Amino acid sequence: MSTSAITPPPVPLGRRVKRFMADRPLVPLLILLVVLVVILQILRPGIVNERWIANTIKFAIPLAILAGCQTMTMLTGGIDLSVGTVATMSAFIMATQIVNQDPAVAFLLAMMPAVLIGLVNGIGVGVFRVHPLIMTLGTSLIGTGCLQVYQRTVIASGAKIPDFLAWLGTGVTRLPEAWVPSEPARQWLADTGIGFAFPNALLLYVPVAALIVFTLARTGFGRLLYAVGDNEHATRLSGVRYWQVITALYITSSVLAGITGLLYIGLIKAPSLSLAEPLVLPSVAAAVIGGTSIFGGRGGYTGTVVGALILTVLTTLLTILQMPEGARRMLFGLIVLFVTAAYLRIVEER
Amino acid sequence: MSHLLRRQGWVLGLFALFVVLFIVTRLIQPAYGSNDFGSLVRAVLPYAFAVAAQTVVVIAGGIDLSVAAMMALTSVTAASMMAGASEEYALFVVPFVLAMGLVLGALNGLLIVVTRVPDIVVTLATLFVLQGAALLVLDAPGGAAAEWLKALISGTVPIPGLPDAIDAWLPKALLVLAVCLCIVWIPLRRSRLGLSIYAIGSSELAAFRSGVPVKRTRIIAYALSGLFAAMGGLALTMSTGIGAPIPGPYLLASVAAVVLGGVALGGGKGGLLGPIIAVFVLRLVRTDLTLLAIDPNVTAIIEGLIMVAVVMFGAFITMRGRQ
Repeated sequence: MSTSAITPPPVPLGRRVKRFMADRPLVPLLILLVVLVVILQILRPGIVNERWIANTIKFAIPLAILAGCQTMTMLTGGIDLSVGTVATMSAFIMATQIVNQDPAVAFLLAMMPAVLIGLVNGIGVGVFRVHPLIMTLGTSLIGTGCLQVYQRTVIASGAKIPDFLAWLGTGVTRLPEAWVPSEPARQWLADTGIGFAFPNALLLYVPVAALIVFTLARTGFGRLLYAVGDNEHATRLSGVRYWQVITALYITSSVLAGITGLLYIGLIKAPSLSLAEPLVLPSVAAAVIGGTSIFGGRGGYTGTVVGALILTVLTTLLTILQMPEGARRMLFGLIVLFVTAAYLRIVEER
Repeated sequence: MSHLLRRQGWVLGLFALFVVLFIVTRLIQPAYGSNDFGSLVRAVLPYAFAVAAQTVVVIAGGIDLSVAAMMALTSVTAASMMAGASEEYALFVVPFVLAMGLVLGALNGLLIVVTRVPDIVVTLATLFVLQGAALLVLDAPGGAAAEWLKALISGTVPIPGLPDAIDAWLPKALLVLAVCLCIVWIPLRRSRLGLSIYAIGSSELAAFRSGVPVKRTRIIAYALSGLFAAMGGLALTMSTGIGAPIPGPYLLASVAAVVLGGVALGGGKGGLLGPIIAVFVLRLVRTDLTLLAIDPNVTAIIEGLIMVAVVMFGAFITMRGRQ
């Protein structure tokens, strides 16, 4: 028996790299993120510092939570386009009700439309089998209308941003240096100016993200979402009550969107009727870039988080290039398309 | 007769709804006359083209989120080309803009076919691209439209031998709409290509196995959508006299009217007439609410409720039919 019979034929390096990436879809995404940051650092040396990182994370978090809503709904083959309206509504109601109400009451009032819209979405999609795109577009139209009517009733009382939300949205907490484990790491952090601070929004986001990841990977509900998206008919036949899953899903999605709205108002600090609307399409893009199939059954939240970070860094990059607004939007669209296409290529060739 | 009723039942029902709404309008505002009807048609014009653009793609089993952005781009292109140019130059601008819509639409289809990314994502990306391009062409509303183009959709069609009273109910805009849609749609519907579009929407695999060139048909469907969107963009420039780079609310309206018009979002079902009547119904509802002096914000709520209710009802009917 010769040794050549045992050793498999050598696989070309390119193929090996590709296979490696296909097995770990997160790797190419992380590489892209790092490349973007490096490009940014080359274009504007010194920009990648403590403040920049904190800012990027702060702006990526609302996008990442909304993209989480999209990820979960997309796993079942749906989509939730009402998240922008829901976030705007809860933010606006919070900012106006806090003037005269107890914070807890204001919070409950702010979350009420979110639950309601989620419930209507869920019943429409789950019971009446309306296409999720249409259903959520319709409810967001109704929500916007209600918000405009509501705005007229509170015009006199004005609005204010609760201190707590501002702290959560924009605040940065410095960590004691002693917490960094090793001396060289401490030195490096101090030298590069990256520092030891972290945005307070992470206090909210880390549990939320952990909950989403845990729900999708480890709970029955998460498995049902994948199952429904993969083969709805088979899922029904195996005794799952489709409408209950879908209703619970859309309510969850809406509540998350409502919480995002509260966080976002603390970050932007200017309540308006189209506050979170610009986040809707990027949230879909973030989920798609992160590898969640829009037809359902495949994907996960970790990819989405990286997708949201990529989009946020990309936005900074395009802003720094000082292009006209039009060219920026064009590039944004092209890059989203290119990344999605390349990513599909890599993942599908296993 | 019963065959026709069954096949066109939804469209006939919609038309009946339109007639009822019209009567209601006359009851609310007895002075509602031919002039108001003319302005209704002019308001409907860009919506109708947007709906046509969406319909073709939805029948082919896709969806086009870039319709409104395409309209904005073609509108600003037309307006900026015609600004300060002679009247005759517009004769060149119109075919140029239409060709641009056709090519950009085909590009949408090509990207979907080549990248194999779902169409909702591709058209989402092209939405940004087209919007950006529109902002590069004109960064604020501006430009101009040739006088003869503006005259094309204002006033009524004089038909010799008909009394003025009837004549007045035939606005030029309605004729323009009918001609533009029929020129594209009727030959398409009767051709092999039209059948292929329905086939790939109904079942891509079955169509492929029966020898339909799926990829080519998909590209052509998106190209036609681009053409209709370009007509919509021109209609916008014609009715306002300028071009605006920020897309109007046409995407949402087009999807709503397509669904209301009896075109299944899965593809393969429905026609163009239903969605067009649906868009008239939706605009007339808005007119009625305005005539009733209802707060325009409440109007938005009512429109959304109607849309959701109709879609739920439609889905309910199909569900009952299946059981």
